[in-house]
Amino acid sequence: MDTINITVIDRDGVEHQLEAPTDMNLNMMEVCKMSELPVEGTCGGMAMCASCHMYVESDHDLPEKSEDEEDMLDEAFFVDDDKSRLGCQIKITEELNGLKVKLAPVG
Amino acid sequence: MIETDIVIIGAGPTGLFTVFEAGLLKLRCHLIDSLPQPGGQCSEIYPKKPIYDIPAYPEILAGDLTDRLMEQIAPFKPGFTLGETAETIEKTEDEKFIVTTNKGTKHLAHCVAIAGGLGVFEPRKPPVENLSSFEDKGVEYIIKDPELYRDKKVVISGGGDSALDWTIYLADGVASEVSLVHRRTSFRGHLDSVQKVMDLADQGKINLITNAEVTSVNGNGVLNQVNISHKTEGNIAKEVDHWIPLFGLSPKLGPIADWGLTIEKNSILVDTFDYSTNIPGIYAIGDVNTYPGKLKLILCGFHEATLMVQSAFARIYPDKKNVLKYTTVNGVQGFEA
Repeated sequence: MDTINITVIDRDGVEHQLEAPTDMNLNMMEVCKMSELPVEGTCGGMAMCASCHMYVESDHDLPEKSEDEEDMLDEAFFVDDDKSRLGCQIKITEELNGLKVKLAPVG
Repeated sequence: MIETDIVIIGAGPTGLFTVFEAGLLKLRCHLIDSLPQPGGQCSEIYPKKPIYDIPAYPEILAGDLTDRLMEQIAPFKPGFTLGETAETIEKTEDEKFIVTTNKGTKHLAHCVAIAGGLGVFEPRKPPVENLSSFEDKGVEYIIKDPELYRDKKVVISGGGDSALDWTIYLADGVASEVSLVHRRTSFRGHLDSVQKVMDLADQGKINLITNAEVTSVNGNGVLNQVNISHKTEGNIAKEVDHWIPLFGLSPKLGPIADWGLTIEKNSILVDTFDYSTNIPGIYAIGDVNTYPGKLKLILCGFHEATLMVQSAFARIYPDKKNVLKYTTVNGVQGFEA
């Protein structure tokens, strides 16, 4: 499979159906930006700004958070310990087909 | 009043390199930056991260890139106004500009180069209702003068080094009561600071409240209470004189958004001929600008700075011809002082 389907719920509650290629080393922050969704990605994907904070709504098994990601989520607001992730740390892989995320509010 | 040829707003890599290219044309520069040190994001956000796309550097740490740029521009004796934010701009009768900072420092220049990157780094403010009405009335995002907290009851929020360091400092005979509120039980930051905070908590010298967040603030004109919501113990109301939320910095375009420049998607629209904005004499280079095909890369900022100073030269010396001179032929002739 070359692309996977992803659902992103924006901050107005609107659902966007996106297709993301699995062979371009993309992450969720980049996928959102490519689709012109309101994700800043200020630091470029280094887990250093939390502007791509999102909630994982589907029950996909994501890789554990790195120490960097945990640290950055510490400085974010509206954090949900069970669902919060930084989009830039979610790599697009085949296993994530059907992923559903919701953009976190901006502080 | 500081006088120069080009006042550069933003002392990140693009702003710094502008000094070099301007210097080759015998133009002097002065840099303004809201951060206390040069380097912009490179020094503030990721000094220890390697960059791999600087030509001729297979790998260089962002902090080292800043140091090298400072070394490279040193012959051209740039001036710096650091820790101040460029706030207003006005045009003089003789077509110059006066840029004034939030602290009132004035800079007079022929041209303005905005190399502001992502904007001004501002403290992240927690989403607490009515918080803004208590700013400087008990709520502070930055500690400017620790004496303000002498014999006061203080609550600090955050889990990083600044929260830990200030907790330790204020607990050492400054504040009458210090509470540290943190959403998790583990702290990031230097291990010895974490240990010190744990020790202070064990000795009863601070209140360490983890798994908790401040969710509301109260007071009659000035702050006198914060409500802390704890994951398992519910709400804790706490009488306080000060709440200091320390959640790091995030960049905002800031005051330049109101300078009458054409803004598109939070960036300044420029003409790629010379990176001029809609206001003649004001240029925008680096991550702060946008144009068709724009890439936010340091190396693109260097290119933009180089072309921009040619245009600035023509504006400052309309009657002089400028010939491209190679540094290999002419070397680098710095300024005397």
